Amino acid sequence: MALKKVKGNFERMFDKNLTDLVRGIRNNKDNEAKYIAQCIEEIKQELRQDNINVKCNAVAKLTYIQMLGYDISWAGFNIIEVMSSSRFTCKRIGYLAASQCFHPDSELLMLTTNMIRKDLNSQNQYDAGVALSGLSCFISPDLSRDLANDIMTLMSSTKPYLRMKAVLMMYKVFLRYPEALRPAFPKLKEKLEDPDPGVQSAAVNVICELARKNPKNYLPLAPVFFKLMTTSTNNWMLIKIIKLFGALTPLEPRLGKKLIEPLTNLIHSTSAMSLLYECINTVIAVLISISSGMPNHSASIQLCVQKLRILIVDSDQNLKYLGLLAMSKILKTHPKSVQTHKDLILACLDDKDESIRLRALDLLYGMVSKKNLMEIVKRLLGHMERAEGSAYRDELLYKVIEICAQSSYLYVTNFEWYMTVLVELIQLEAGSKHGRLIAEQLLDVAIRVPVVRQFAVNEMTNLLDTFAVSTQSNSMYEVLYAAAWIVGEFSGELADTERTLNILLRPRKLPGHIQGVYVQNVIKLFARLATTCLELQDMPGIVRLCDHVLEKLQHFNGSNDIEVQERANSACMLIEMLRKQLTQPEEASTGSIPPMAIEIVQEMALLFAGELIPVAPKAQRKVPLPDGLDLDEWINAPPPDDASSTSSEHDKDELFVSAVHDGNDATGGGGGGNGSHSGVKRRKSLELTPEQLERQRMARLIEQSNNPHYLKSTPNSASAAIGNSSNNSNADQYDNIDDIPITELPLDIEGVAALRVGITKRSDKYLKEQQEAAAHSKDAKKKHKKSKKSKKSKNKVAYNSSSESDAEPKIVHIVNTTLDMPEGVTLSDSEDKDGKYDPNDPHRALDIELDMAAFEAPARSSKTASASGKESVNAQIGSAASESMVPETGAMLSKKGKKSKEKTRGEHKTCKAQAQSQPDSVPDLIDTGSSPCRTATDNGNNNNNNNTAPSHVEHSQHLKKKKREKRAHKSSKLTNDEATANTLGSTTIIDVGETSAAHPEGDVSAAVDAKAHKKKHKKDKSQHKEKRTHKSPASEYEQPMGISTPSKEIF
Amino acid sequence: MIKAILVFNNHGKPRLSKFYQYFDESLQQQIIKETFQLVSKRDDNVCNFLEGGSLIGGSDYKLIYRHYATLYFVFCVDSSESELGILDLIQVFVETLDKCFENVCELDLIFHADAVHHILSELVMGGMVLQTNMNDIITRIEDQNKLIKQESGISAAPARAVSVVKSMNIPQQIKDIKLPDLPQAIKDLKF
Repeated sequence: MALKKVKGNFERMFDKNLTDLVRGIRNNKDNEAKYIAQCIEEIKQELRQDNINVKCNAVAKLTYIQMLGYDISWAGFNIIEVMSSSRFTCKRIGYLAASQCFHPDSELLMLTTNMIRKDLNSQNQYDAGVALSGLSCFISPDLSRDLANDIMTLMSSTKPYLRMKAVLMMYKVFLRYPEALRPAFPKLKEKLEDPDPGVQSAAVNVICELARKNPKNYLPLAPVFFKLMTTSTNNWMLIKIIKLFGALTPLEPRLGKKLIEPLTNLIHSTSAMSLLYECINTVIAVLISISSGMPNHSASIQLCVQKLRILIVDSDQNLKYLGLLAMSKILKTHPKSVQTHKDLILACLDDKDESIRLRALDLLYGMVSKKNLMEIVKRLLGHMERAEGSAYRDELLYKVIEICAQSSYLYVTNFEWYMTVLVELIQLEAGSKHGRLIAEQLLDVAIRVPVVRQFAVNEMTNLLDTFAVSTQSNSMYEVLYAAAWIVGEFSGELADTERTLNILLRPRKLPGHIQGVYVQNVIKLFARLATTCLELQDMPGIVRLCDHVLEKLQHFNGSNDIEVQERANSACMLIEMLRKQLTQPEEASTGSIPPMAIEIVQEMALLFAGELIPVAPKAQRKVPLPDGLDLDEWINAPPPDDASSTSSEHDKDELFVSAVHDGNDATGGGGGGNGSHSGVKRRKSLELTPEQLERQRMARLIEQSNNPHYLKSTPNSASAAIGNSSNNSNADQYDNIDDIPITELPLDIEGVAALRVGITKRSDKYLKEQQEAAAHSKDAKKKHKKSKKSKKSKNKVAYNSSSESDAEPKIVHIVNTTLDMPEGVTLSDSEDKDGKYDPNDPHRALDIELDMAAFEAPARSSKTASASGKESVNAQIGSAASESMVPETGAMLSKKGKKSKEKTRGEHKTCKAQAQSQPDSVPDLIDTGSSPCRTATDNGNNNNNNNTAPSHVEHSQHLKKKKREKRAHKSSKLTNDEATANTLGSTTIIDVGETSAAHPEGDVSAAVDAKAHKKKHKKDKSQHKEKRTHKSPASEYEQPMGISTPSKEIF
Repeated sequence: MIKAILVFNNHGKPRLSKFYQYFDESLQQQIIKETFQLVSKRDDNVCNFLEGGSLIGGSDYKLIYRHYATLYFVFCVDSSESELGILDLIQVFVETLDKCFENVCELDLIFHADAVHHILSELVMGGMVLQTNMNDIITRIEDQNKLIKQESGISAAPARAVSVVKSMNIPQQIKDIKLPDLPQAIKDLKF
């Protein structure tokens, strides 16, 4: 036996240890994979041996190999063996390996339960500590369930080290095993007042994490946190608490009011930038949550903005970045305050740091006005030309479009300019992923701004002509979709229709859905040209046209894409039909166009006649769902071949949808930019004959007249229909419009009114533009500016006033106005815009981002747990133990608590006598901090008290809590003293903070404080060290290490 | 929460990787690689925050890093962490390493990756900040090192004793025993 042991030790002498492995890997740079494979073989051999030390060595090596990207899960058993060793050395290596390669789904974990329990209960605190550290990385739901009690026991260990780790560990347990939260919560709360600051900090940390996901359950803890905030000197913990308050205030505005003052004090007093920054952030959150005006409201905002300005102008890029980040939060609610710092933000656009430029871009959104939009966009385009990195360029592109399109193009005064910008963006950014976005914009502008169409179609023709589809990886070719649609739809505006037709017919390699649009618009253009020929009685011309188009369409006929093929075939059939009529022998002799051909051309033209009307995406919602209509029910059982049974409308829909099939839902609506207006489609599917249409129309009319919920045609379209009723086919067409529910017409009229106003302003517009053109020197975009028009908004007044004042009205418009939209833009449209920006809000994104599995579970449990939490808070508030705490905090609050008079009055009513001796702040505090707990108790008794009658609730609450308050009253004598003591305390806190700043080598709070000092210090140090290294010869390390020379640099 | 802590050198070689959320090894390597690409093209005088994007976790996550000589220390954190706080934590981490290794350099991290892990586990546990006071951290680490020393003393003692008793001429013994054969024989017996 002894021999064996000796031998084991001998062998170890020859085994590769970790150092040898690392060295070996470094010496085998060229065939590292092979070398490591060989090492893994050796490790496998070692793992087969009995000696635990050998195994331990092997596992240590595996941990290193894992870092290099090799799977080591096959050694799971051996890792567990090493973990279970009684020696701390092995145990630590084992747990480390486990934390690196095990995960909650590892099946092996079920073997470890008892072993880990043994370690947790070990006499040696480091055994338990190592176990906790490891466990925190791989704990599974089963382990959580089985070990929750052991970890909870550790939370009351006598050793702060273990308490601290156990508290943090509990968070992981909650995540995996939500049921543990309820029983553990009281203990966790206790730890907030642990004598050891580390444990306290850990508990704050855990509760912050929990509350981040479900803040309302932790509102009852607000008083405790408030106390911590005003007493603690640990900046790390303060930051966490202040962040937590930031999450709580939206739920309880009264809390926010309380917070403003201490936070403002902190902002003034702290020298720690990190703390200052978090305070500002939370103040912003508070101000956002208090929508009702507070007297000192604007003062706080001013303070924040002022401080942020200091951050932004700081030479430290980190502070600059954070300053801009916080600014963007203020921008959402207080754009005016931010706008005063426009200069600063525009300057940041030129910063060399990309992160900072991106943040400045975010702010730019609120900085634009009609006056400076063109200039800003020009600047952004300039950046785009210079910028490297597609991500940043993409972001720039997106921002250009975002700021131009915001509030329904509120700030765009010249749409020809905007069109030009879009085309420039396309040319500039052929590799961008925002092709679809640009396509939407093109469509949107072309549809909504009729006056720009002539300009647009010609631009689009050029685009179709010159745009080269390079790679399939990017999405820019999507713009061709929009371009083709625009030239087809507004073909009447084209200067040279034939040229455009030829461009579309040119065989090109394009995605199917775009080719489909090409074919469709070829027919439109064909119909347009044929009509022209008809007017000119140009028989040979029309024949030539037919032959030409038929020939070219053959390219599309052979397409792989079924959609393109079908459309091309339909188009061919249609044109061939016409062609056949044209070649009727008897007619051909006369040289005139046969009547049937004329009819066909007219019919074709009618297919595409009519005006598109923007319809708000939410318009459908205004149509009430008829009683008894179940939208989920099959109207007919799903047929195997639904193609034959679907209605003609359905056909149209399909045709339409498949045009945007390729996932291009956003460009849907055949031109609904952003899908913000589903195009009102009035064209017939090609297969329908007039007879069929007539039949359907009659059936529809009957159906509509019987349906009380059906939206009757609005006066506008009705009169239009009447006006055209003489023409049968025209009537058909308008009937089709009628059968699509358009509810937005009243708003539409408003929009038209706006348009009219705009037209009258046109001359002013020219003047304005000339001034601007003179002011802003010529540039490429400007040449388009001669322009006949652009929508002039009602902001005429603003224009006449000084440049500064025109910033004022526009802010108002960001929020609600759509009046200066060219076409009937609906309010719901602007709602949609708002909705679109909101997801950018990081806090909103945060809610969604959470791992749902992990999130839902704690949410479920914490509801129950919060009940326990509330109970415990109740208990705490009621209990004698907490009395000392409550009045004390109350005293601190009392400074501003007195402001809330109605509460005070309520207080007077309930506790008449007490009110004099007892500070007002006690109930005040309770109201604020424990309002959910109050409702909880109310709910216990009766449910009729709710938030709508807060004073009433308070009143009854006071009655209920009289007992408690009496007890509190006992200690109220102390409170006054304590109040002063606390004020003193808070000043001393400040002092402490400042003094700690003087010691860069101190603890973290000091480290935080002394950031600047330390930086310099560090820099000096590292320079110093570098000097030292340069002096010391590189050969200090062993010769084989090739890199040792360069890598022996010191931090 | 901290989602991952990565240390790699100027060439992107990983020196330490700690993921507090499970990713398989190839994904881990990919994350390290992409993070390196993101971080390495940034100048030293730009800010230390980077939006990680799709890398880990999405828009809620940020990369906060510091660059010391040849090494990048990158923390991937979510919005519950204070940006400046994490920067300071990195500083604490590096200073702790500096104290523990006495003038730490990249080679220390290369050859003592396990020790670096142990130090890190005293700062951050399961993605949450455990201890930020450097003196406390160092005390804990020294305690543990002492424990290890003790253990190796204890466990090595019998072996040493045995070997001393058996023979003073260990190298000779090794030769005599014909080491390569014996383990094979033992193995043959067992398996």
